[in-house]
Amino acid sequence: MSLFELEFMQRALIAGLLTGLSAPAIGTYLVQRRLSLLGDGIGHIAITGVALGLLTGSAPVLTAVLVSIAGATAIELIRARGKATGDVALALMFYGGIAGGVLLIGLAGQGAATLNTYLFGSLTTVSQSDLYVVVGLAVAVLVVAIGLGPQLFAVCQDEEFARTTGLRVQLLNLVIAVMAAVTVTVAMRTVGLLLVSALMVVPVATAQQVTRSFRSTFVTACIIGVLACLAGIVTSYNANVAPGATIVVLALAGFVVAATVGTLLRRRSGRARPLADEEPEVGVPAPEPHVVSPGHPHAHNPVCGHKKVEHGDHVDYVHDGHLHAAHGDHWDEH
Amino acid sequence: MTPEDSPQAVQVSDLSVDLGGRLVLRGIDLRIRQGEVVAVLGTNGSGKSTLIKTIVGLLPAARGEVRLFGTPVPRFRQWRRVGYVPQRITAAGGVPATVFEVVSSGLLSKRRLFSPLGAAGKQAIEQALEVVDMADRRTDAVAELSGGQQQRVLIARALVSDPELLILDEPTAGVDLASQQIFADAVRDRVASGTTVVMVSHDLGPMDALIDRSVVMRRGRIVYDGPPHASQTHAHVHHSHSDDGPGWTPS
Ligand SMILES: Nc1ncnc2c1ncn2[C@@H]1O[C@H](COP(=O)(O)OP(=O)(O)OP(=O)(O)O)[C@@H](O)[C@H]1O
Ligand SMILES: [Mg+2]
Ligand SMILES: [Zn+2]
Ligand SMILES: [Zn+2]
Ligand SMILES: [Zn+2]
Ligand SMILES: [Zn+2]
Repeated sequence: MSLFELEFMQRALIAGLLTGLSAPAIGTYLVQRRLSLLGDGIGHIAITGVALGLLTGSAPVLTAVLVSIAGATAIELIRARGKATGDVALALMFYGGIAGGVLLIGLAGQGAATLNTYLFGSLTTVSQSDLYVVVGLAVAVLVVAIGLGPQLFAVCQDEEFARTTGLRVQLLNLVIAVMAAVTVTVAMRTVGLLLVSALMVVPVATAQQVTRSFRSTFVTACIIGVLACLAGIVTSYNANVAPGATIVVLALAGFVVAATVGTLLRRRSGRARPLADEEPEVGVPAPEPHVVSPGHPHAHNPVCGHKKVEHGDHVDYVHDGHLHAAHGDHWDEH
Repeated sequence: MTPEDSPQAVQVSDLSVDLGGRLVLRGIDLRIRQGEVVAVLGTNGSGKSTLIKTIVGLLPAARGEVRLFGTPVPRFRQWRRVGYVPQRITAAGGVPATVFEVVSSGLLSKRRLFSPLGAAGKQAIEQALEVVDMADRRTDAVAELSGGQQQRVLIARALVSDPELLILDEPTAGVDLASQQIFADAVRDRVASGTTVVMVSHDLGPMDALIDRSVVMRRGRIVYDGPPHASQTHAHVHHSHSDDGPGWTPS
């Protein structure tokens, strides 16, 4: 029986496909906003969510999505209020999430083995009901990431300018944070919570090596994400290792290849297309016109009573609404 | 209609702004009528950018208020009427973006959510790129442009929505003279059709001739508000000495 006929593998592959699409999609916005580590922070918070699910006997996917949305919202509000920099807020999430998770798992009496399947992904544990949740969440993330693309792009590119176009910047920032939280939960079963951020960031970094536009980076990153996820899941099945690690190692290998290819391509196109002599020669800016005040019988001096105005390296005297400055043996209009 | 009662584009009344516990603006009063072209001048740190940012609603007023087209800024919603060029920040983010993509965000005030960029939008972007002479670089990544070229992209982003009020914070800093001239010509066309311009600059360059009025700031206050200073326009060339002012000493 081929692995594609195994039911749990079919579920794992569908989950992998959706993870591979949605993680880089939201990751592109995070990287553009220079918040690459947000996914990691949310991943850590989700550990507490999973533990909460195990402790209360409810579905860990649901508790994880709720807790990580709450965490992501909190971090976004902290950042927006300027109470702590994004950096510090992230650090707080890291520590709180992992400590809370380990504590609750201990209380739930679950061993390290259960926690591990959430930390590094697991193929056999994607249940039918998990899959429905994952599909629903992933579709929601993709619809927002693509449909609100121009708005999210503007907010991530230049937040202040976005505000002057009337966009609800705070709301959109919150949307990004919530989408990142949802994506973490989507990716939890395949790559696992500790490595989910890698799947948000590495495909984007890889795509950037060869792309020049935001849109092509977005699309390329999604393609790379899907390839890495599917190949990683198959390899993980054959080699019997955790899928999360396999997926991320494959994605990183892709990065190394793309970086090399990108460097070569740029060098080649640089040779093929020498820097165009694009700036037309413009005349040197003309010097200030030299206007002499004709027949000026009066000699200004600091106590002559005309108002003095500093002008660069000299003093102008206000004279009949004109500004006069000494220049050799005559007076200039300034 | 006399200039005095023509509609106001910008009304700043008794505005004070607090940044990090310091009053950076103190009691600013400024009225700008529609169609006026106003230069805001002053030394570094005199509060020009702070005033501009407060006008476009990026900074809150500690006291007083700003009205745009008669509406207090916190409640102002017609952002499509306003175009803003921030003081030099890099136009690049963490992910590559093309010149075209950056300029297209200038159209967001007119775009609905979940709707694609129409043909009219593309046309407007092409025109704005033409104005700043960057049309042939439309597919280049902004991060790979020079500082002055990036500045031109930001100008295009503000012009693309064809706003009635242009608020420009040193738009032509680092922009070469030929491009400044092109930009000044574009602004002149818009001024002729009634656009209001508020512009911060240390060096007006080719914009000089367009200025109706200049406002000089010092330490968070307006110290001069009136016709452009003679030194900026070189307007008066002739001069008669029939009436020599005070302190005239025969020599
Ligand atoms: N975030 C901030 N916190 C505290 N003070 C600030 C902040 N930003 C600016 N200032 C202070 O406010 C004053 C006005 O700054 P502003 O940027 O408005 O100056 P400017 O007139 O635009 O100068 P420039 O010609 O250099 O652009 C400066 O003295 C500056 O030190
Ligand atoms: Mg400034
Ligand atoms: Zn005198
Ligand atoms: Zn004189
Ligand atoms: Zn002279
Ligand atoms: Zn002078």
